[in-house]
Amino acid sequence: MTETIIFIIVSVFTLATGWIVVTNRNLFHAALALMASFLGVAGLYVLLDAGFLAAAQLLVYIGAISILIIFAIMLTRRMMQTNESAFNAQPGLSAITAVSVFAIIAYILWRMRQFWPIEPAAGVPLASRTVVPDSLLMDSVAALGRSFVSPDAFVLPFEVASILLLAALIGSIWVAWPKAEDK
Amino acid sequence: MIPLSWYLFVAAALFSIGLFGVLARRNAVAILMGVELMLNAVNINLVAFWRYRTPNQPIGMAWAVFVLTVAAAEAAVGLALIISIYRNRDSVVAEEMDMLKN
Amino acid sequence: MSFSIVEFLKSLAELTTANYLRQVWGNAPWVELVLDIIGVVLVSSFGLIIVIFLIWLERKLIARIQDRIGPNRVGGKFGLLQSVADAMKLLSKELITPNGADKWAYNLAPYLIVITSLLMWAVIPFAPGVVGVDLNIGLFYILAISSVSVVTILLAGWGSNNKYALLGAFRSVAQLVSYEVPMILSVLVPILLARSMSTVDIIEAQTVPFILVVPLSALIFFISSLAETGRTPFDLLEADSEIVAGFHIEYSGMKFAMFFLAEFLGTLFMSGLFVVVYLGGYRFFGLENFETAGGFALGNLFGLITFFVKMFLVYFVFVWVRATLPRVRIDQMLNLNWKFLVPVTLALIFAAAVVDKLLPTGMGDVSRAGVHLFSNVLIGIVTLEILRWHGRKQRVEQEARVSRNLEGVEALAAEAVSSEAAAAH
Repeated sequence: MTETIIFIIVSVFTLATGWIVVTNRNLFHAALALMASFLGVAGLYVLLDAGFLAAAQLLVYIGAISILIIFAIMLTRRMMQTNESAFNAQPGLSAITAVSVFAIIAYILWRMRQFWPIEPAAGVPLASRTVVPDSLLMDSVAALGRSFVSPDAFVLPFEVASILLLAALIGSIWVAWPKAEDK
Repeated sequence: MIPLSWYLFVAAALFSIGLFGVLARRNAVAILMGVELMLNAVNINLVAFWRYRTPNQPIGMAWAVFVLTVAAAEAAVGLALIISIYRNRDSVVAEEMDMLKN
Repeated sequence: MSFSIVEFLKSLAELTTANYLRQVWGNAPWVELVLDIIGVVLVSSFGLIIVIFLIWLERKLIARIQDRIGPNRVGGKFGLLQSVADAMKLLSKELITPNGADKWAYNLAPYLIVITSLLMWAVIPFAPGVVGVDLNIGLFYILAISSVSVVTILLAGWGSNNKYALLGAFRSVAQLVSYEVPMILSVLVPILLARSMSTVDIIEAQTVPFILVVPLSALIFFISSLAETGRTPFDLLEADSEIVAGFHIEYSGMKFAMFFLAEFLGTLFMSGLFVVVYLGGYRFFGLENFETAGGFALGNLFGLITFFVKMFLVYFVFVWVRATLPRVRIDQMLNLNWKFLVPVTLALIFAAAVVDKLLPTGMGDVSRAGVHLFSNVLIGIVTLEILRWHGRKQRVEQEARVSRNLEGVEALAAEAVSSEAAAAH
């Protein structure tokens, strides 16, 4: 019961701040709301017993990506002081698209409603959270780490991800570096 | 116990909100923020499926970490591009970046 | 079980009051809630109250080191109540919100920065069994929260609507974000040795304190925690003798005090974290397991005292450094980070992993520590040699430049003399 209440609070918070992100005209406030939304997602991870990912969410999304975004907002500040609309010429069309995407997903989820029961029922595979011992969840971080360096699991994607990060690092420095002819 | 579908509903809603932001905002930075919201929604799905379906194999978590990595790289490169464009064109409005048009 | 004051006092001395209260009150769901609330209030108010003492201690210590007397008027000969008086003064001042400030960001930032610096105490074990919550990702949690506190600085800087505050925030964030890298990397070495991120497990793994096993990692952690807390020699973001105070220039009264509070709390927390990760936390030659003949477990209390003594020793080193070293320049700060700390920590992680893998599993803790120490010393010598070579090269270049300049000056002087002589003719 407590868990359900916390879940509802956290998800309403996430969605509400997400809504502020896409509608607020003040970009700085939008970025703050984005951070709050990331925080809400971290809360959902905690509810899903993924503490490691929640901390990673704080470290990467709030501690790095949001700060990058705020830096970009401040560096391109002159543009935001013009009192123009937050939206381009087609907010209505975009809203229809977004709502219909949500409607499609919701319809699919609704079609699978026999898999919803809260208590595990016989013969229903998706019924409820698989009950596992706490020790397994405690070890899930170690298992995650092992899977990253195990040749049977994700060692190749892991290395590729590190190369991707390096490429992004060099590439973004190169792109954002003031060129000589600009001066 | 919270059913899996609740998490999926929240993720779907967050994804749609992000999609709306990407399609409707003028400012390039705001569009990027919408993309980040969508990536987060995907991650909620991955972690929820991991917890409900395969808690003994860390596949869902591993993919969530990869999404996190890609999101970080995407944000860095995207913002570098925006700053570069701002320096050249003095604008970060997506509609005004139309040099290749006619 | 009924409540008895003797048993209660005994449990206080053993630091097992929570268990005792659980026995007395039974297993009702509200009991855990009440105990949780008491724990939260204890941990957070401990931090808030101790800061008043810390400020006095720091002023007194710095005064002594600089051959002054320090606060000596309020509260007796030693000025013990000076910080209380300061706090009263700050409390009574007007809270100003500047015109054109971003109200949300401006008013939210002071609270958020205190909240983040209090949140981190949750995973610090003060004594055996006395820990807010023993997360299996304890250290990672601390790093995550401390990266969130960077955001609050940006909030304060932007919200003030003052270009100096904004510039100060930019400087702070640049320093904090870049010194987060060596800090996280240097903490990875103890995590590797303890095979766990939980703070309790890390303390339990330190039969030999990690400062003796990986001294270089401890040194780098200390340097980067100096920078993370923005203290001298890395206080160039604040530099009160040269520039305006940085991102909190527009804050007044209690809101300013919040930033002050967060700074001191952060420094104390870093000392506590250093004790946990490198100095064995509450452990002191088995004293933490001490038990009298009557089964009276005083070890917890001794553990608590040990932890606090160690923490204040490290805090003293922080103050010592602050009173002794001059401020670094911004290019020196960045060079130190990216060209020295980060490469050395990467080498350390690599060495620790390889050495740990190569050693046979049945080996004792002390001999293991010896091999790690040897690899650390080796890396240290190589680093010093590289630094020495680099320093010599720079000195030679500089001397060449100076002598070139001198030649130029001499030539000019000679020319001037000869032209004067010509004019005299």
